[in-house]
Amino acid sequence: MSLVRLRFHLLAAWSGNFRKIRAKLSLGRSLNLSTREGLRVCRVPSHRFLDFFVNRKTSSHLRLASLACQLLSFAAPLTASAHGFAGDRFFPATISTDDPFAASELSLPTFSEIRQPGQPPVKVFDVSTDLSLLLFPRTALTIGDGYSIQKVANQSAQTGFDNAALNILYEFFENDKHEAITSIGLTWDIGGSGRHSLGNDSFSTFTPTFYFGKGFGDLPDNLPFLRPFAITGTLGLSIPTRVRNESIAVDPVTAQKTVSVDHNPDTLEWGLALEYSLIYLQQHVKDIGLKAPFDHLIPLVEFAMSTPLNRGINKLTTGTINPGVIWSGQYFQVGVEAIIPINSHTGRNVGVIAQVHFYLDDLLPKIFSKPLFGP
Amino acid sequence: MNPYFRLFLAIIGLLVTAQGSWAHAFLDHAEPAVGSAVHGAPTAVKIWFTEKLEPALCKLQVFEESGKEIDKGDQAVDSGNSALLMVSLPSLKPGKYKVVWRAVSVDTHVTNGDFKFEVLP
Repeated sequence: MSLVRLRFHLLAAWSGNFRKIRAKLSLGRSLNLSTREGLRVCRVPSHRFLDFFVNRKTSSHLRLASLACQLLSFAAPLTASAHGFAGDRFFPATISTDDPFAASELSLPTFSEIRQPGQPPVKVFDVSTDLSLLLFPRTALTIGDGYSIQKVANQSAQTGFDNAALNILYEFFENDKHEAITSIGLTWDIGGSGRHSLGNDSFSTFTPTFYFGKGFGDLPDNLPFLRPFAITGTLGLSIPTRVRNESIAVDPVTAQKTVSVDHNPDTLEWGLALEYSLIYLQQHVKDIGLKAPFDHLIPLVEFAMSTPLNRGINKLTTGTINPGVIWSGQYFQVGVEAIIPINSHTGRNVGVIAQVHFYLDDLLPKIFSKPLFGP
Repeated sequence: MNPYFRLFLAIIGLLVTAQGSWAHAFLDHAEPAVGSAVHGAPTAVKIWFTEKLEPALCKLQVFEESGKEIDKGDQAVDSGNSALLMVSLPSLKPGKYKVVWRAVSVDTHVTNGDFKFEVLP
């Protein structure tokens, strides 16, 4: 499962003439956008996961991690579990939405770049990583975070790490014949784990999510060229642990206090990915003579959406449509997608997201081809 | 050098140079080709995979449209190419046939698949 995702959701909490927008560009990353006329980035999140490796205790932590890796590498060869398979179907790790598979995998790195409108416009560049480990059969733990660079014209860039996030996912149903899989999971966006002065939420958000995947290889033989299609999707309810933020501004002249309130609504996080696997076409339907690298391409379009449900900002859906392509090899995949906002509340500029994603169970089978715990 | 960048390079280097890496065995190509229509009955089905196979755990079967298995049951991994799985066929009549395979690579990763081909009159 890849936790890298592109989520935009609108807070639409009005405070004076300001409209505050929160755009989530990836797992745990939170960009709060304030504007008078449109969107304008004003806060950047931060990060702790990589800090573990790179802070003042870098050398000792790296030595510890290296020792742990060496110990694990002596483990006996293990029987394999399949990543991203349901029957004959191989599902790639989708880039902008989550996929339903529990597997050991690593997204490193994921780049995204988008220009947000406003006066002046802001260019947002983000680098992130997700690490998923198969803890038990069908159960995976994912940790992820990112680093953002935001640049306003003629100003120095603001940089910072995002809030970290954790996800636990459990595959509870799989039907190989019909290439179907469903999972449930819980994501914890860890409030306060980022750099607060750059705008990370100081409160946590929990998102219980339902995941599904379905390949269409079971379509009738008279529809052969529809059989490479597959769909994955998510449906989650994002619940902030703080329903509103209050801030007090004091006028330096009159000493008058102004209290502004931002509401944090529960939001419905929903996403879809429609894929057409040329791998499936070549291997299971008809060999049409595609040669490398085209025989390993999976064109897809992803829909990453967010709909606030309460606290006065109901049903103002924001999100993006992300058409792109993934190339999937034996050990890793590479993907790139355009980021197209669906409405003016989300933004007006097209961005781009790209990712390199490693299948750890194939790359390092002695360590990752079996759950860390259990058979 | 920036410590984050150094860590990034170290991880990429570890992944790229991982020793003893194996992977799932995917179908590379087959004979008869996946979804093909052939003149003249093939005497065997051969599948070339992307990884070396564990012979004892692999399976290759051919069925006619009625669901009856018609291969000779002598499936084997080629002695000169451990990524080639094959099974012999009797003389096939014109019709559609289904190939079902199960490939286990040498690190025990399992993949399954099936495809069809047609023998033309």
